[in-house]
Amino acid sequence: MIDQIQKDMLKAVADLDSLPVGAYNIRADGQSAARNTTANIDIVTKTDKPGIDIIIRPGTKKESVHIPVVISQSGLKECVYNDFFVGEDCDVVIIAGCGIHNCGAGDSQHDGIHSFFVGKNSKVRYIEKHYGDGDGAGKRVMNPESVVELAEGAEMQMETTQIGGVDDTLRKTTARLAAGAKLIIREALLTEGDQRADTDFTVTLDGEGASADVVSRTVAKGRSTQHYTSRVIGNAPCTGHTECDSIIMDQAKVTAVPELTANDLDASLIHEAAIGKIAGEQLVKLMTLGLTEQEAEEQIISGFLR
Amino acid sequence: MLKLEHIGYEVEGNKEILHDINLELNDRFVAITGPNGGGKSTLAKIIAGILTPTEGRIWLDGEDITHLNITERARRGISYAFQQPVRFKGLRVRDLLGLAAGKTTGVTAACDMLSEVGLCARDYVDRELNDSLSGGEMKRIEIAMVLARGTKLSIFDEPEAGIDLWSFQNLIRVFEKMYEQTKGSILIISHQERILNIADRIIMIADGQVERMGTRDEILPALLSSTCKVLTDKME
Ligand SMILES: Nc1ncnc2c1ncn2[C@@H]1O[C@H](COP(=O)(O)OP(=O)(O)OP(=O)(O)O)[C@@H](O)[C@H]1O
Ligand SMILES: [Mg+2]
Repeated sequence: MIDQIQKDMLKAVADLDSLPVGAYNIRADGQSAARNTTANIDIVTKTDKPGIDIIIRPGTKKESVHIPVVISQSGLKECVYNDFFVGEDCDVVIIAGCGIHNCGAGDSQHDGIHSFFVGKNSKVRYIEKHYGDGDGAGKRVMNPESVVELAEGAEMQMETTQIGGVDDTLRKTTARLAAGAKLIIREALLTEGDQRADTDFTVTLDGEGASADVVSRTVAKGRSTQHYTSRVIGNAPCTGHTECDSIIMDQAKVTAVPELTANDLDASLIHEAAIGKIAGEQLVKLMTLGLTEQEAEEQIISGFLR
Repeated sequence: MLKLEHIGYEVEGNKEILHDINLELNDRFVAITGPNGGGKSTLAKIIAGILTPTEGRIWLDGEDITHLNITERARRGISYAFQQPVRFKGLRVRDLLGLAAGKTTGVTAACDMLSEVGLCARDYVDRELNDSLSGGEMKRIEIAMVLARGTKLSIFDEPEAGIDLWSFQNLIRVFEKMYEQTKGSILIISHQERILNIADRIIMIADGQVERMGTRDEILPALLSSTCKVLTDKME
């Protein structure tokens, strides 16, 4: 059911050599290719639209869900809704990822809307990798959207990576945090050639003691374009920190737009943005260790995006 | 092994930073000293290929290396520990030491160099070389990188700066050990009497020129007694 190309994509996006342990749902070329549920984690196909509901029972600890998506059929376009219902007092890891292999002329596109409803005092670690390859003229397009609702005391850490191969992407994240909830986002993004990436974060801190820490590290090469927007709204005594740190190369273009809104005297919000080329002294240092300029550049970038 | 012939360095506006430097380094342990702004770091950068001299030639073991770039000189066996170490977001101590050591030595052996400079390898190998490391820690890692390379010429630019008093004696021992156990030559830029005291030869650079040069016994007593305060104690 899963062919070699799709296997390679699974390896790239989810680090999977074989079927994962725990719950999983593998979607290949628009179809559910494999699924496993556990006593605590149920996966149900939606009836009204494409996608699945992932239901995690309260108190589920040390379990994981893999939901990778691979597309190898040129010209396939899909829009999938995955809703995660995480009960109270859970501690789980969710591994998502999307790989598009496009050898054909048609554009392949995956739009994924992930909604997370995280119950009180639960902890979720979410890992997402996006990857494109194949040498067809058709574009590889991914538009991931995440909607996050964190109940009191819930914690979510999102690690998202998109390093190469995706021609066009709009990455949209909206989060709403209740009292004492905590959101950590680490995004790593690399664009090259004529690629375009738009990142858009909106975090609303509604409850007392809510905190958000959103850090985006990006590298723009070639003639690629990146546009970064982060909006943080503090409606209670809370702390918010966003950071966009970009390395720009060649003829690339990067825009960073921060927007902070404090609606409470004790909302403490910070934004940091830095865009610049690789520091000359970093290249020089690595060259004194015997690396060529090219090798030095590669090391600096891969470290920066790690 | 290293020969500098009529080295001059000018920056725009005809400002002369170095003037007609002629040196032949055949001793295994040479110290360069002299007042702030005298041109010591500029000279080190010219040797490492980071700056190109506007005048003169540089020879390494009989080969004219004046037009070789930084990488080529590094591969010919020149290492340089910067006066101000460079920070990297994302690269870890183990990455840098691994790159310094190259494939043949490997990361593990390179990490042993951390203990040499008084850092517990386990606590440091996975740290990023970012702003979270203190100045003294950066300085020690910088030295460890040069030790890990183990090349025929190692240049240290004020290695003592920022190193605490207590560790200073250990630092001296690092250089002594390097001198005894390796075949490489050491070129240290320093203001510290205790470092000058273990050098075979001392060169004094002021106003972009070699002001004095000779064996330790010829130079050091005069330096210490002279009214000119060359040896500023830089230790904190
Ligand atoms: N690009 C430049 N433009 C103008 N002046 C420069 C430039 N580079 C260096 N200089 C000057 O050259 C002189 C020598 O600098 P250098 O860093 O070599 O001194 P140093 O002997 O290493 O001093 P220190 O003991 O403080 O480290 C200084 O006066 C410095 O200001
Ligand atoms: Mg200096």
